[in-house]
Amino acid sequence: MKIAPACVLLLSGCAGAQSALDADGPSALAIENLIFLFLAVCGVAFVLVMGVMTWALVRGRNEPAGRPQTERSMGRVVAGAVVATFLVITFLTAASFYATPSLDRGKADPPTILVRGQQWWWQFSYLDADPAKTFQTANELHIPVGTDVRLRLEASDVIHSFWVPNLTGKQDLVPGRENVLTLNAAKPGVYRGQCAEFCGLQHSHMALLVIAEEPADYARWLDVQRGLATAPTDGEAAAGKLVFMSKPCAACHTIRGTEAVGTTGPDLTHIGSRSTIGAGLLDNTRGSISAWIADPQTLKPGNNMPLVPVTSEELRQLSAYMKGLQ
Amino acid sequence: MTWFGKTPSPADLAAGDEKAEALLRRTWSTPAGVLAALSTVDHKIIGRRYIATAFVFLMLGGVLALAMRLQLAFPEARFISADRYNQIFTVHGSNMMFLFAVPVMEAMAVYLVPLMVGTRNIAFPRLNAFSYWIFLAGGLLLWTSLALDTAPDVGWFAYVPLAGPQYGPGKRADIWAQMITFTEVSALAVAVEIVVTVFKLRAPGMSLDRIPIFVWSMLVTAFLVIMAMPAIMLASSSLILDRLVGTQFFNPSEGGDALLWQHLFWFFGHPEVYIIFLPAVGMVSAMISTFTQRPTFGYLPLVLAMIATGVLAFGLWVHHMFVAGLPRVGSSFFTASSMAIAIPAGTQIFCWLATLWDGRPIFKTPMLFIIGFLITFVIGGLTGVMVASVPFDTQVHDTYFVVAHFHYVLIGGSVFPLIGAIYYWFPKMTGRMMSERLGRWAFGLIFTGFHLTFFPMHMLGLQGMPRRVYTYPPELPWAGLNLFVSLSAVILAAGFLVFFIDVLRSVRHGPPAGPNPWNASTLEWAMPSPPPPYNFRHIPVVESLEPLWTSGEALPVATGLRLDRRELVVSSVTAGEPEARESSPADSIWPFLAAIATSIMLIASIFSPWAVVWGAIPVAITLTGWFWPKQTPEDES
Ligand code: HEM
Ligand SMILES: [Cu+2]
Repeated sequence: MKIAPACVLLLSGCAGAQSALDADGPSALAIENLIFLFLAVCGVAFVLVMGVMTWALVRGRNEPAGRPQTERSMGRVVAGAVVATFLVITFLTAASFYATPSLDRGKADPPTILVRGQQWWWQFSYLDADPAKTFQTANELHIPVGTDVRLRLEASDVIHSFWVPNLTGKQDLVPGRENVLTLNAAKPGVYRGQCAEFCGLQHSHMALLVIAEEPADYARWLDVQRGLATAPTDGEAAAGKLVFMSKPCAACHTIRGTEAVGTTGPDLTHIGSRSTIGAGLLDNTRGSISAWIADPQTLKPGNNMPLVPVTSEELRQLSAYMKGLQ
Repeated sequence: MTWFGKTPSPADLAAGDEKAEALLRRTWSTPAGVLAALSTVDHKIIGRRYIATAFVFLMLGGVLALAMRLQLAFPEARFISADRYNQIFTVHGSNMMFLFAVPVMEAMAVYLVPLMVGTRNIAFPRLNAFSYWIFLAGGLLLWTSLALDTAPDVGWFAYVPLAGPQYGPGKRADIWAQMITFTEVSALAVAVEIVVTVFKLRAPGMSLDRIPIFVWSMLVTAFLVIMAMPAIMLASSSLILDRLVGTQFFNPSEGGDALLWQHLFWFFGHPEVYIIFLPAVGMVSAMISTFTQRPTFGYLPLVLAMIATGVLAFGLWVHHMFVAGLPRVGSSFFTASSMAIAIPAGTQIFCWLATLWDGRPIFKTPMLFIIGFLITFVIGGLTGVMVASVPFDTQVHDTYFVVAHFHYVLIGGSVFPLIGAIYYWFPKMTGRMMSERLGRWAFGLIFTGFHLTFFPMHMLGLQGMPRRVYTYPPELPWAGLNLFVSLSAVILAAGFLVFFIDVLRSVRHGPPAGPNPWNASTLEWAMPSPPPPYNFRHIPVVESLEPLWTSGEALPVATGLRLDRRELVVSSVTAGEPEARESSPADSIWPFLAAIATSIMLIASIFSPWAVVWGAIPVAITLTGWFWPKQTPEDES
């Protein structure tokens, strides 16, 4: 899976991208049906009320003043309308309650992924009983198709909100508490999501991709991710590694298997295999990696990565190294 | 009591009348000059000032809205930086809610309620003056901060921890919180004045069932203000303490709670919506009666529905927190209560429809805005039913669907009636009519522009566009609708422009109005337009809900108030029986000075907690001046 997000979105069709009306999971589907039910019922109600209003206005215009109309008969009509409102409201409330359990699916114990919202990127920890098998990645969440995945939602700094509309409704990540959300993708695909709670300067650029894969592909992906990144061998990339370790990069980022163990920024162990950088900001190419390192603050003003001065030579080496971390 | 009689004594009415009136005018008028203007306690002057100021804030907030729409017209546009954009939407929202919508409704009440209940001034008129100055200071604080590029950038609901000390450095969030304090103080003051005016200063004979619906709506609103404001005061004060003196109310790592903020904020914030909407209910009821020339259908159901709305308003704040991770069972309760509010809202709509049905609609500009209101508000109400559902809300919360929904409710439900109300009461406020032709243009542009601007936002939201984003990527299918919305916003703005031009033009050049240009039924139309400083030459005696329709020009009046001193009739709460004469305070500069001292204290406290200590001294001095005992009539005799 190494398709640039733009192509993915084009492939999945216009209405599709990040839309609540293009459900690809059971939970999103239940909500989508509920949305259409509400739209239909409310649409009918609107047409009725507007019809009565128009009629009243036209009628009053055409007829002479002082038409006889007893308060009592009017009162009965109004009371009837209030009762009808009550019944419709009750029906919609019941429909809403009926759809609610679809939000909290997966009462068993599905695979659990820890999601941490940070200003302004996502950290995903794939937990495992065996600590050696636990690993972290960023901004791209892989899940197996057709099963429930449990997300444990936490926030490091401010409130964020995890939202991938094609798969299910959103859920906030609130500092100091843990929320959970069940994800279930019905078919393989790449789904875009975005932080939905205003979280500061770069809230607009806090996107994520959910990559739903067939269980076999997913298992393969897990295996690769658990391992260390393929050590880049060619000269340029190897030089890039040296630059990375000698500059402040290593203070904030982790690359497993090296002396870089920083935790401020995203884990870069397999950065080369992700399709975007900067939480959905740019396609992951060597060019955009270089551009990011050369000037993170113009690309995403206010983000927490400082400008690390490097020569253009070093920049080329760094991008080769990053892209090589597959 | 001898001073009260249903028939005016001949001596009072006949020969001495001219002289008596001159005396009354001298007693109640505000002299010319700057000092007098700063000292006035006439509710009409303050009310007009209040309304005009709120409309200036509406215009400024609209300019910010256009700026946002410019930035969002194209994907990845770079007209406005992320930092500026965040300030702009925060100031837009805070300004519209705290400096325009709530104040303008209270200001309408300050102007209209005393006239409608038949008294000569509002209760606590000096407090009224004070509340205007405090409101102005709060507004200046917010807008100055925007001009200085240090405006709040945390959204109008200022969620912690983003607004807390760790993640909101600088003074921006402090300015937001302190601006809230200003508006709280002024809103609370006006609310108290309205409650007392309605309960105690009604004209003789105005029993509870003869109170105009608009006055009822303001009474319920005032109670909502009084009950909701303590929650936001607690919230904003705790935030300021967290930020300035290091308390940890909202810091989870020190035992605080981030969700506590949301509970406090929305316990206030949801009723806030009804604080804005209920006055509009009153306005619509008043206008619909006049423009069908029949009493509004269903007086009792309307009043009960307003009270029910007010009560329910406090039981559904959690629907703003459906995705915050609260237990589902609790959320279900709040779904049901949120949906239930559709029942009083429906009742109101049906009563208005019945009035239209039974009456003969007169299609003047205010009526057009009422029709626009009905169409728009019904849509806003129906989308409100949608977001009350937890599953539905998990998809649209914090998206443009919600932006569309609340603008339908706020603009459709309040601003449309309000503009209609300005056309309606303008003659009473200025003595001149506004232009019917420009009014139609304004309505056409505002109505069309509004729907073209906000309706597509529903679709954007369902297509996944989050709110409060300063930009969006071109790959997503949002660009077309966004450009369309931005262009439509220009039509909307043009409509407001026509309206403002009409107002400015008509103040000077509108045709003279006469006392009751629309043949309306309530007391405010029983006097010349604009009203004389003393409002009523004789305090009217009310014998029905539509005194001007049932009693004609010759209202029965009560006499016996002194002409050479400011005196009001105090009446009983339920029956409106006159109980006593009460003197009403004279003009005074002290409320203005007290407002300045209070403002200095509040603003300085942003920079040092000690400002509260030292700043209290000038506040105490000005308050002493304000309340220094004067000679009372009894001392003289
Ligand atoms: C002149 C017409 C108006 C336009 C074109 C407009 C447009 C907008 C836009 C584009 C946003 C930003 C949405 C976002 O980024 O999330 C917004 C937010 C908001 N608007 Fe308006 N608006 C208008 C009038 C009003 C009025 C009259 C009110 C209130 C009475 C109002 C209240 C709000 C509030 C409370 C927010 C939320 C601010 C926040 O998220 O902190 N707006 N408006
Ligand atoms: Cu976020």
